[in-house]
Amino acid sequence: MAISIKLFANFREGRGKIVQMDYTPGMTGQDVIDALGITAPEIAAIIVDGVDGKVDAMLTVPVKDGGYLAIFPPVAGG
Amino acid sequence: MFGYMGKILRINLTTGVIGTEDLDFELAKKYIGGRGLGTKMYMDEVDPQIDPFAAENKIIFINGPLTGTATPTGGRYMVVTKSPLTGCIASSNSGGEWGAYLKYAGYDAIIIEGKASLPVYINIEEEKVEILPALDIWGKYTSETSAALKEKHPDSKVLTIGPSGEKLSQMAAIMNENDRAAGRSGVGAVMGSKNLKAITVKGAQKPVIANPDGLKAVTKECRGMLKENGVTGGGLPTYGTAVLVNIINEHGVYPTNNFQGGHDPGAEAVSGETLTEEYLIKRNPCHHCPIGCGRWVKSEHSPEGVGGPEYETLWVFAGDLGINDMNIVIDANYWCNEFGLDTISAGATLAAAMELYQRGYITDEMLDDDVILKFGNAESVIHWLKKMGKREGFGDLLARGSYRLADFFGVPEYSMSVKKQDLPAYDPRGIQGMGLQYATSNRGGCHVRGYLISPEILGLPEKLDRFELAGKPVWAKIFQDLTALIDSTGLCLFTSFALGAQQYADMLNEVLGTEWTADDILLAGERIWNLEKLFNLEAGISPEEDTLPPRFLEEEMPEGPTKGWVHKLDELLPLYYQERGWDEDGIPTDERLEKLGL
Ligand code: SF4
Repeated sequence: MAISIKLFANFREGRGKIVQMDYTPGMTGQDVIDALGITAPEIAAIIVDGVDGKVDAMLTVPVKDGGYLAIFPPVAGG
Repeated sequence: MFGYMGKILRINLTTGVIGTEDLDFELAKKYIGGRGLGTKMYMDEVDPQIDPFAAENKIIFINGPLTGTATPTGGRYMVVTKSPLTGCIASSNSGGEWGAYLKYAGYDAIIIEGKASLPVYINIEEEKVEILPALDIWGKYTSETSAALKEKHPDSKVLTIGPSGEKLSQMAAIMNENDRAAGRSGVGAVMGSKNLKAITVKGAQKPVIANPDGLKAVTKECRGMLKENGVTGGGLPTYGTAVLVNIINEHGVYPTNNFQGGHDPGAEAVSGETLTEEYLIKRNPCHHCPIGCGRWVKSEHSPEGVGGPEYETLWVFAGDLGINDMNIVIDANYWCNEFGLDTISAGATLAAAMELYQRGYITDEMLDDDVILKFGNAESVIHWLKKMGKREGFGDLLARGSYRLADFFGVPEYSMSVKKQDLPAYDPRGIQGMGLQYATSNRGGCHVRGYLISPEILGLPEKLDRFELAGKPVWAKIFQDLTALIDSTGLCLFTSFALGAQQYADMLNEVLGTEWTADDILLAGERIWNLEKLFNLEAGISPEEDTLPPRFLEEEMPEGPTKGWVHKLDELLPLYYQERGWDEDGIPTDERLEKLGL
């Protein structure tokens, strides 16, 4: 199966809104961002299958088959 | 006297007497300016129990010491009075150009007292200050008013209310430069109650800076930090505050249908990315602002475009009403600006009305068989917004805000507000620290009295567990105190995504000739927070109002990544009071007040 990666703000440039990626057992967020050419320091927030947390920790969480990631650069407002 | 202009303008609209007074420099340094000094000056002159619409009430327009200086975003002013919406102290902040021009006219503040017998406006050109008739502009929209006054006073900046302020809507804003608003807490209605339509200002004076070379250096450093920062140098300039739609939605704290849900699968249609790609004409920065989050967007109202919606406005006229149509949001924003209405409270009142309709409290008959106020009914938004602005038919009830509307039907719990002021675009069930800040905000439901969204959702300056309670009271207090300080300087709160207390201290020191540390200015922020609390207590706002609507405390979030959560205010509040050095009932202790010099 595949996993979906939802990208936001300038992470969409040259990549699109949603990227589909083949699932391989044991793959983590780090594998995903490596494949997308995004580095951890560029990420301000990340959600893996509905769960958010510190970026470094979340990048080590195994992704579920058929699951999703949402990745955000620094954004704010109010 | 450095930084300040040293002069306060006092205008009595009952007697027509205009006078100037010297600024008390020692008092100014203690309370900084803007929100802090304005509150102190207001409290020294007005009984907190006053009816906000009484002629004896006053309204103060006040700058910070950095307003009108070269500092980045140094152009903001504050409106201080008692709120007709909440009964609390109202400090409503606006950007644009008007605040800087008030300083160039030679004044730190204007104190307006009394009530004119007929509609008037005030024209200020340095020493020349006049009260002029406003019968020809009374009843006009804000853009018409601005255009008419610009014709009479070509180089002046215009601050005005719209029909909503004239008609004393508790949600009325004060607008300047057409699309900048001192939006919240109904300050526009206090102007309206005084028959004061507008204030025009111009001048060519400049504040004297204590250390011009030092200011140049620290300004350069701060501008560099703002440019390098991912938010202030990237996200905000490119996408505006609208960039929050997707990230808040993905975390399941994007309120839908009057906070009945927390995730909207169609939110992309009103996101910052969509606004930028399909609607943006240009950025629209405030005075001396290198960030430029303001938007200028395409609209059927003008070929040149109109002021664009902020994140809160996008949310409230989209997800919160069950509609995802960017054109409706832009239109709603336009009409709020024209009527002079707070977009958050206006939209939230429509959302509450829709829930009251859903639950059978509002019926078709009450709406005179007019357009149905129903979630998802796109045609209802502009229709009822205009009726709210004109106070026509059922719109008269809507113009009082969501709390008074829901209370009219005996079910205030369907107003998603704190202290009668509508909550902004973040569901507190999934952001425990932010919920605590909502409950304890001195001006009621608000996101700019401490923005814990930043660490709890956005990961800035570091990511906190948004469901965790430990440590949140400490974070809440620090954010609240720093915010109170920044609001008193004349700078924009958005600078705090890149700058810290030290940078604010440095800027103030170079301008004022002071030697404050970061701790000193945080203490000033705490002093201001406590001062506001004292006002509220004297005004009769009991600590029992430090709470959230029952929905957040009792109903679990039904969906999305926040599913199953409620807000745990009962656990957080005692710890917060302790952190503030207040007693267990939420009253500041004598000991703490003494430490703060209050
Ligand atoms: S960051 Fe935005 S709101 Fe703040 S001063 Fe700049 S343009 Fe105005």
